Amino acid sequence: MPDWNEHIRKQLAELKLAPAREEEIVEEMSQHAADRYRELQNGGATEEEARRITLNELTGHELLARELRAVERTNAPELVVLGAANKGQMLAGFVQDLRFGFRTLRKSPGFTSVAILALALGIGANTAIFTVVNSVLLQPLAYSDPDRLLKIFETTSEFNHSSVAYPNYLDWRRESRSFTGMGAYRSDGFNFTGAGDPEQLSGEYVSASLFPVLGATPLLGRNFLPEEDRQGAACSVMLSYAFWQRRFGGDRNILGKSLTLNAASCTVVGVMAGNFRFRDDAQVFIPNEQWNGMELHSRESHPGLRVIGRLRPGITIQAAQAEMSAIANGLAGQYPATNAGHGAAVVRWKDDMVQNIRPTLLLLVGAVGFVLIIACANVANLLLARSAARRREFAIRAALGAARGRVVRQLLTESVLLSLGAAAVGLLIARWGTSLILSAAPGSLPRSAEVGIDSYVLLFTLAVSIVTGILFGLAPAFQGANANPQESLKEGTHGAGGGRHRAEGVFVAVEIGLAVILLAGAGLMMQSVWRLLQVDPGFNTRNLLTMQVALSPKVMASPAGIRLAYWQLLGRVASIPGIQAAAITSMVPLGDGDSEIGFWPGTGPQPPEDRMTSAMFNIVTPDYPGVMQFPLRRGRFFTDRDNLASPPVVVIDDVMAKHLFPGQDPVGRRISVILLGPVQIVGVVGHVKQWGLDTDDTNKIRDQIYFPLQQVPDKFMSAGVTGLTLALRTGPEPLSMVSAARAKVAGPTQDQPIYAVRTMEQIISTSLAERRFTMLLLIIFAATALLLAAVGIYGVMSYAVTRRIRELGIRAALGASSQEIVGLVLREGIRLAAIGMAAGLFAAFALTRFMAGLLYGVGPADPLTLAAVTLLLGGTALLACYIPARRATAVDPIVALRCE
Amino acid sequence: MEDRAIDREWKKGSAELLLLSLLEALPRHGYEISKLIEQRSHGTLRFHAASLYPLLYRLEKRGWIQGRWVEKSGQRRRRYYRLTAQGRKVLAAQRQGWQAFVKAISRITGVEHA
Repeated sequence: MPDWNEHIRKQLAELKLAPAREEEIVEEMSQHAADRYRELQNGGATEEEARRITLNELTGHELLARELRAVERTNAPELVVLGAANKGQMLAGFVQDLRFGFRTLRKSPGFTSVAILALALGIGANTAIFTVVNSVLLQPLAYSDPDRLLKIFETTSEFNHSSVAYPNYLDWRRESRSFTGMGAYRSDGFNFTGAGDPEQLSGEYVSASLFPVLGATPLLGRNFLPEEDRQGAACSVMLSYAFWQRRFGGDRNILGKSLTLNAASCTVVGVMAGNFRFRDDAQVFIPNEQWNGMELHSRESHPGLRVIGRLRPGITIQAAQAEMSAIANGLAGQYPATNAGHGAAVVRWKDDMVQNIRPTLLLLVGAVGFVLIIACANVANLLLARSAARRREFAIRAALGAARGRVVRQLLTESVLLSLGAAAVGLLIARWGTSLILSAAPGSLPRSAEVGIDSYVLLFTLAVSIVTGILFGLAPAFQGANANPQESLKEGTHGAGGGRHRAEGVFVAVEIGLAVILLAGAGLMMQSVWRLLQVDPGFNTRNLLTMQVALSPKVMASPAGIRLAYWQLLGRVASIPGIQAAAITSMVPLGDGDSEIGFWPGTGPQPPEDRMTSAMFNIVTPDYPGVMQFPLRRGRFFTDRDNLASPPVVVIDDVMAKHLFPGQDPVGRRISVILLGPVQIVGVVGHVKQWGLDTDDTNKIRDQIYFPLQQVPDKFMSAGVTGLTLALRTGPEPLSMVSAARAKVAGPTQDQPIYAVRTMEQIISTSLAERRFTMLLLIIFAATALLLAAVGIYGVMSYAVTRRIRELGIRAALGASSQEIVGLVLREGIRLAAIGMAAGLFAAFALTRFMAGLLYGVGPADPLTLAAVTLLLGGTALLACYIPARRATAVDPIVALRCE
Repeated sequence: MEDRAIDREWKKGSAELLLLSLLEALPRHGYEISKLIEQRSHGTLRFHAASLYPLLYRLEKRGWIQGRWVEKSGQRRRRYYRLTAQGRKVLAAQRQGWQAFVKAISRITGVEHA
């Protein structure tokens, strides 16, 4: 028996009937066809004849379609009753809901655009924050099997996560069994000369094993060979994709050519792929052992070496940690002088990378979520007001037999349509917002190069908008569905039950409560940043210019040459008009670099590592106090006579003086410093907040030792003392001095570039970047929340006045003064605001605890902030209520009474 | 050729009447209706599915007949059409009109041919 259904369906297709109706016709007619076919066969027709005749009668000359068009087209699709529906009907109903929803929304463009705008703000802000959270916190690192990449640190009594001594790394790698491989790297600067303008490059010293451990293969050439990572090997270099493109125009014949880096000739052996992400600004990679600082092979020195291991499959992090602790213990027993008290800590690499930013991002996720809820509450109120106006429509539909679920579904479809529209606009806002976030968070955001809108973000936005649509649509939908047909039809246009006002009141109170929380968060961050800016860093931050200097490769050959070069450079720079003082320093306060050194009192033999104290160690030239303008408390600072020919001297800060020589004069006393031996203290200066404005007070190492550059022994005066910072005290605006300084530093050979030029004010600003970033976003969110809450309470109060216009008119007619009427209206608004604020303060009290780590100088429950927030919000709410209240007094009693 | 032309003209004017008449006694399904028309007219009148069903739907829409799915054991369900009260009135009126019409026609044609 042939299948007639398809033939019939084809005829019906152009009629676009409701699916359920179409199915019915197909069933009925195909049965007719089957009967006819059987009849023809019984009458002696062949199968083929019977089929042809039946088909012709059924569909010949398009008769069926023509005839049906006249009948069915005018038919409205059958009303679908939820629950009693099959799949086809459900679908038909859904399509109908969509069409109806579109029509309804198009009919009130004002409402639709306001609602979409409010929601788009909320959804857009959420999408922007999620875009960042997704790329930074959620997405795995861009390496193969990234979850097994672990970072391994040394631990000391002072640091949980210290950099690693190179010989320790070599021992770890040899002895551990938990890892399939281990690699080490160390950031450094490279003076690139011999090809156009000299340029200072940031780069990484890496072990030959590092890229294989990461699972990274170069785009061109090969990874480093183990024999290239040996002392005395010829220098080889790998280039980052960006550097290769920028300086060599993507020349594929670059392999085998040589580059002059720090005066050494290095052969290019590979170019990394464009999507390889490792220390985003690294432009060149050089094997570790090419570093000729002799500190590399000393267990005492920790020159910023970081170690990455790839966990062997089947081994847990805990097992790896246990093994590494055992190895570190063994080394401590073997080398007590350097390793006593040193352990090893194993951390998932990604966790290490994002651990600092995680609390900030989670805080922002919470804050931006509140903004969305506020937007939802506002739109829900708009919908409630609309659903009151549409009561007659719902009542008529109910009277005609529409089930309650059916009306709910229709209204929810409308609200989801709204939120989907908002999601489309929100995505645009999110794209713009994401770039805003990235530009507001320079440097302080790890993995920022990876941030972008991907399929996860799109899914998130879709999910948020659907959930949002249902969330803000629920209350109005049930309100509409509960319409009692008789009551509503009788009531006329004034009808609105008490439930609606209760719901509106709750929404407004929730909005105000959430706004309190956001304002409290923003207020606390503002206070923290403001208080930080008041902190005295211990030196004069104004008109202070810093820049890093790369010496000419020609002078690097001998220690004496390096000393002379710095001395001459200082002389040239100090002669620039407008420069009041110039000095060289190895550490910039509040900057990123730090260096510590172990010391012990007296001149006795070196105690084991765990009984030594650490201090920050700063190598400077004599005019350093003149540049920094910090106070000399006792004795003297360095002079030109403190050189290799005179006994080694140090200056310490007052924190160290108090700590080491309480109640005594340290000047003239002796201490011993690792690598240098005994030194004499000649002066005491004020403490400088080296670690940053916020954390310096709580840091474990605060003692500071200054050592004259001219006394640095020859054996360290090579590559170990490059990349020093030139600090200048200027009369005029510091940045106006840069070009003069650049010219003077370049020197006669014109091959000494300056780089990383920053004023101290910029450095401070960078050191506050993360807090400032959090503060900025919280202020934006809080302002949005305040605005939305104000609009929300204004809307509700305006509606309340309209609703009570008869009552107010009667009161006025009976002699109520305008103050009494204003008071009457205000009271209702203030009651809502007060409930919201009380709940909000309570919640803020509970929630701001979570941002305690981001605050400075202010407690999470700071009464001043909370009071200010209450005042601001209360004032706004009062104003938002007062406008409709004023309008109420303008009501003419006669008009009000007549308007029934 | 001539036969088909008559066929079409007849149907156009009288199809509704035919259908309503056939449903007067008891509910029937579409195929049954088409068979009855063919049988009772001794094959002179024939309704194909393509014209029968649209007509049924039109009558149903006007409220003269009502279709309902009926399931009998061991068979596919079928849609049976029955005459509504309104349909019954329409049928009575149409039948009257038709008889008057036929009487008038045969008076004329009978005189001519007599």
